[in-house]
Amino acid sequence: MKKAIITVVGKDQVGIIAKVCTFLADTQINILDISQTILQGYFNMMMIVDIKDTVNDFATISDELEKLGKDIGVNIKLQHEDIFNKMHRI
Amino acid sequence: MINLFEVAETNKMIEQENLDVRTITIGIGLLDCIDNNIDVLCENIYQKVTKTAKNLVETGENIEKKYGIPIVNKRISVTPIAFVGASACQTKEDFVKIAKTLDRCANELGVNFIGGYSAIVSKGMTKAERLLIESIPQALKETQLVCSSVNVGSTKTGLNMDAVQLVGKIVKETAELTKENDSIGCAKFVVFCNAPDDNPFMAGAFHGVSEADAIINVGVSGPGVVRNAIKSAKGKDFGELCETIKKTAFKITRVGQLVAREASAALNIPFGIIDLSLAPTPAVGDSIADCLQEMGLERVGAPGTTAALAILNDQVKKGGVMASSYVGGLSGAFIPVSEDQGMIDAVEAGALTLEKLEAMTCVCSVGLDMIAIPGKTSASTISGIIADEMAIGMINQKTTAVRIIPVIGKDVGETVEFGGLLGYAPIMPVNHFSCDEFINRGGRIPAPIHSFKN
Repeated sequence: MKKAIITVVGKDQVGIIAKVCTFLADTQINILDISQTILQGYFNMMMIVDIKDTVNDFATISDELEKLGKDIGVNIKLQHEDIFNKMHRI
Repeated sequence: MINLFEVAETNKMIEQENLDVRTITIGIGLLDCIDNNIDVLCENIYQKVTKTAKNLVETGENIEKKYGIPIVNKRISVTPIAFVGASACQTKEDFVKIAKTLDRCANELGVNFIGGYSAIVSKGMTKAERLLIESIPQALKETQLVCSSVNVGSTKTGLNMDAVQLVGKIVKETAELTKENDSIGCAKFVVFCNAPDDNPFMAGAFHGVSEADAIINVGVSGPGVVRNAIKSAKGKDFGELCETIKKTAFKITRVGQLVAREASAALNIPFGIIDLSLAPTPAVGDSIADCLQEMGLERVGAPGTTAALAILNDQVKKGGVMASSYVGGLSGAFIPVSEDQGMIDAVEAGALTLEKLEAMTCVCSVGLDMIAIPGKTSASTISGIIADEMAIGMINQKTTAVRIIPVIGKDVGETVEFGGLLGYAPIMPVNHFSCDEFINRGGRIPAPIHSFKN
């Protein structure tokens, strides 16, 4: 398993989760966990995903997700899970 | 498992509070490049540096992508050139040739700076070291990315006052030679006492002779993050304030440690140290002054400033030390004036003076940094300022440094624009009473006593 975190932040609208999930399905990325909330009118989502089966490298997926975010009008970020583990776990 | 709140906290630090990894610096040993022919030496240096650091920039960019954290600078430090060029360089021009070679390497590799055009003359100067120091103004004029430093003293050896006298002149001469660009050459030259061998920050980085052949050192930063943490402790007592800073420093440093390990593995170069220094940038919110003001000072420079800085510095170290397996370099808080909007504002408001900055350097890392002074300031006065700062380092067993810019053609009331990360600065007044006779004595100040600490 190779875990990464996807964060989606932006103005709420119809179909954000659908579009992101479709992209992930198309690129063979498995979703392990989703938490989502609306904070002050803004859509906030965090997904823990497994990227071991995808053929693309990390930078490519990251760029494509960023582009998808621009198309939808939200901010999408892909980060390796270690940055969060290191910062928040001793 | 990681939760939404933690992810949001990390990304808020990066996106809104300017958390970044300030620099990945590769230290490269050049002792095996030594030859008594200057051209062969330059070729050896070129080959070694470009080969060792070939993938530095690319690796840095990959790590940025992987973790979503900016890595602002990719830099190189090399063995002090006074050692490397000792047998080949017969003239100042020979040393300048090496500087140009280093500049060429840095340009081709796409790194931000290359440091190590340096001499360690804590106790005495060899002929080569004197030549290198005398070549510094020319070298800094003819190169863009080369940084230079001279270590003129240490707690173990005392102060080499001949060198202090000489570097005062060198600072002045560098200012003259680069006067078309507001004397910017001086922004790339630092004078040290107790210089560390593994500092990743410029302009004072060099790869000390105690180091391995190549090493990765990383400098983390995040004054904006610390400032927001301090804000959350508004009105709380000092115990809670300190805890808050410590916890934040821990988080920031863990990111640095992660990046350092990753870079070390990708480049196949051993990991050296994490430098815990909090380094500001001219960007709004990325300021040490703001951290101090958030603690409750109206302006930096007000009474209480030195105590506030002492708290900040010590807590950053306490949090950072636990977060990293190896800590080194300068590790503290930097207080460069031109690179910190809060400091600039404080100087302009009349709250912060050169003398108060000197007091602040007693409790933080490094020293008088990026301070613009009138161009008419004499070489001996500059030596006097350097001597004072070096004495603080020598007596207190800490690293101190001076990076001061006498801006030729400008005086108090004017400002100077350096651009980029170097920022801009108001020209600060300097005490105009003379120290000529003191500086012109020459010789050494003996090493201090290590007992009867009072």
